Amino acid sequence: MASRKAAQPNKDNKDKYSVLLPTYNERENLPLIVWLLVKYFGESGFNYEIIVIDDGSPDGTLEVAEQLQNIYGKDKILLRPRAKKLGLGTAYIHGMGHASGNFIIIMDADLSHHPKFIPQFIRKQKEGDYDLVSGTRYQGDGGVYGWDLRRKLISRGANFLTQVLLRPGASDLTGSFRLYKKKVLESLMERCVSKGYVFQMEMIVRARQLNYTIGEVTDVPTPTSWMLDS
Amino acid sequence: MTKLLQWLLGVSLLGIIWAVIAFDLLELSVPGTYREVAWSMPLYLLVSFGCYSLATVGYRVATFNDCDEAARELQEQIKEAKEDLRKKGLKI
Repeated sequence: MASRKAAQPNKDNKDKYSVLLPTYNERENLPLIVWLLVKYFGESGFNYEIIVIDDGSPDGTLEVAEQLQNIYGKDKILLRPRAKKLGLGTAYIHGMGHASGNFIIIMDADLSHHPKFIPQFIRKQKEGDYDLVSGTRYQGDGGVYGWDLRRKLISRGANFLTQVLLRPGASDLTGSFRLYKKKVLESLMERCVSKGYVFQMEMIVRARQLNYTIGEVTDVPTPTSWMLDS
Repeated sequence: MTKLLQWLLGVSLLGIIWAVIAFDLLELSVPGTYREVAWSMPLYLLVSFGCYSLATVGYRVATFNDCDEAARELQEQIKEAKEDLRKKGLKI
């Protein structure tokens, strides 16, 4: 780990990572997530771009995104807004169409996923040439913050049930912090029909059906509302 | 084969084996004690699976990582980010 902290060790790498950030009313969080992404991509030296797909947020997320674009440059921050709220699945299709990277990273813009794990995702992917790498809250150092007993119970219970019934070969089905090879994500998007919460689950179950290889990284989702109040 | 089919196949296979032993359908003259044990076997299995599930889920809930450390780190970084972005001219 320590040796990786040397300045931009992966600069010669030809791979490019497109981060898709679907946003809706994230004017507070968007600058923070972008800042963290720039920080960690900068330190690790991987080639990247951030694609912000804003679904017409009434809080002016897009305006903030434009400011960020001015700060970090049009080659790093791409804005691909849509007129109204059209859902997560179509946001990924829309964003992917504009992605120039050969890898796609999807994550939440609300800081429940920490960009510091991205270098781990990338290393994991290279380790086994995985088709997709999924973050998991259920193994290793993965975990949650600020969840009460009820929420933990529901989360664990639902996860246990799906593991037993579907045996998908991945320990966190509903996690939405993932790295895909672009062509793998494209072929999955063509097949997926569900929306919202279930969509993440369908993606990974189908990936298993199509014999794509899945790697796992432990990640730490953290809720944010309380943090920003302070 | 879909997961649903796998489940149906597995369950019906077990069901048939159970019925054959418990009701001696093929007249294999299975000893009476075997039949008695077999008769209540599904219930035993169900109860033990239920116990296993409860224990597993209970254990996992109890040991679910609370990432206080990570949360503190993030909070620090949020402060740093806000500071830095303000310097770079971001207006919110």
